[in-house]
Amino acid sequence: MKRTSNKILALSMASFLALAGCDHNDSSSNNEDDMMVPAPAPVPVTYSFQVTVSNLTYAQPMSPIAVILHDEGQFWAIGESASSALEVLAESGDNSALLADSLVLMGQSGEGLIMPGKSETIEVSFDDNFPEYLSVATMLVNTNDAFTGINAMALTSLMVGESISLTTSSYDAGTEKNTELMSTIPGPASGGSGEGYNEARDDYDKIAMHAGVVSVDDGLSTSVLTQAHKFDNPTLHISISRTE
Amino acid sequence: MNTRKILTGVALAASSMLSQAQQLDITVTNLTQGIYYTPILIGAHNGDMSLFTTGEMASTQLQMMAEGGDISGLSMMLTDASADIVENPAEGLLAPTMSTTTMLDTTDGNMYLSIVSMMLPTNDGFIGLNSWMIPTEAGTYTFTLNAYDAGTEANDEVINGGGAPGVAGIPAAPGGDAGVGGMGVTQDEANAYIHIHRGSLGDDDLAGGKSDLDNTVHRWLNPVARVTVVVN
Repeated sequence: MKRTSNKILALSMASFLALAGCDHNDSSSNNEDDMMVPAPAPVPVTYSFQVTVSNLTYAQPMSPIAVILHDEGQFWAIGESASSALEVLAESGDNSALLADSLVLMGQSGEGLIMPGKSETIEVSFDDNFPEYLSVATMLVNTNDAFTGINAMALTSLMVGESISLTTSSYDAGTEKNTELMSTIPGPASGGSGEGYNEARDDYDKIAMHAGVVSVDDGLSTSVLTQAHKFDNPTLHISISRTE
Repeated sequence: MNTRKILTGVALAASSMLSQAQQLDITVTNLTQGIYYTPILIGAHNGDMSLFTTGEMASTQLQMMAEGGDISGLSMMLTDASADIVENPAEGLLAPTMSTTTMLDTTDGNMYLSIVSMMLPTNDGFIGLNSWMIPTEAGTYTFTLNAYDAGTEANDEVINGGGAPGVAGIPAAPGGDAGVGGMGVTQDEANAYIHIHRGSLGDDDLAGGKSDLDNTVHRWLNPVARVTVVVN
């Protein structure tokens, strides 16, 4: 939204300047136009970032990554209820609602699942104003509602050519009980047969750090998950470079 | 240890600012989904003491806190060391995902911050910050804490009200979400030194099994707490 309105603003300013120029050459120009000092045309500036996300887990594919530039707000907080956009991502791996959130200046989705041991580099750019924050979110797909990522990291101190690396821990959206039943796990552990998003909130409805999956091998007899699906923190390694 | 002492010495020599009194706003957040924290103890103290040290045996005072949530012994230790103390900022249990904020004015020489609280339901698990050097530069500092095992009691995971030092069992599960009739996970505490907690096991049988804990509720992964310190 913001990007569109900025473009429109730039276009209308450019046409105003062109018009003013014409008027100036016209002998019939009125004094009022002559008095106006045209503002210098804004020089288009692009701020670009490369975000490389590596999956550190043994057998938890990550849903298509959402990479978001924004100027304010955050996408989750411990103890708060998850937004419905975050709930959709955390339960089903679908990042489209989060990328369409009103906070988003510019959002970019990864191309597909990031399998364990794999990584993907996603580029995201924004014109006109320096984006204040970067957020990243993805679901651990062999879980009920686990997600991981970066929540509103300040970009202000990142100069062109610099990069920053960090690892992330995993969160529980609190919107779906961690039953680990085959019918509730959307990832390959259930053969993809399990349900993803369901608007019912049958858990604590508060975001917390994730306690990890239990699995059938570690004492939850009704779980479709095995020892292979267990994970520990951290779950992602992320490197962010500012390229322009 | 030698290196640390030398570094401390250098830092002291470099700036007398380090020993100045400071005014801190401290926020502790419970990051877990199913664990409660008993009354929290916060102290700013000098470099001659610590509330706990990993790899060393727990003091009797730490054992009281880790097994039963009783911070009076550790608080007395802090008082004896002329520390600046905040007891029980949450005025009771700090429930899962909740935060508590308190102010702490430090006096000259109390340059280190320590925080402890027992984790319920566990046998002798606690969250801990040991002697974090308080920055002299004003600003907001955020970091996370891990879960430790005091090494003083076997992690039998049986909830029987046993909170006194040396008494087996877990005092309570404040969430009211635990089971009964567990046979006990283990009778041994082979590592009697303070170590990173290996986590609770729990089971899926709330009427029996090995553990009274629910394995979908009472487990956790580190980190388990977040601390934000605003140095004013």
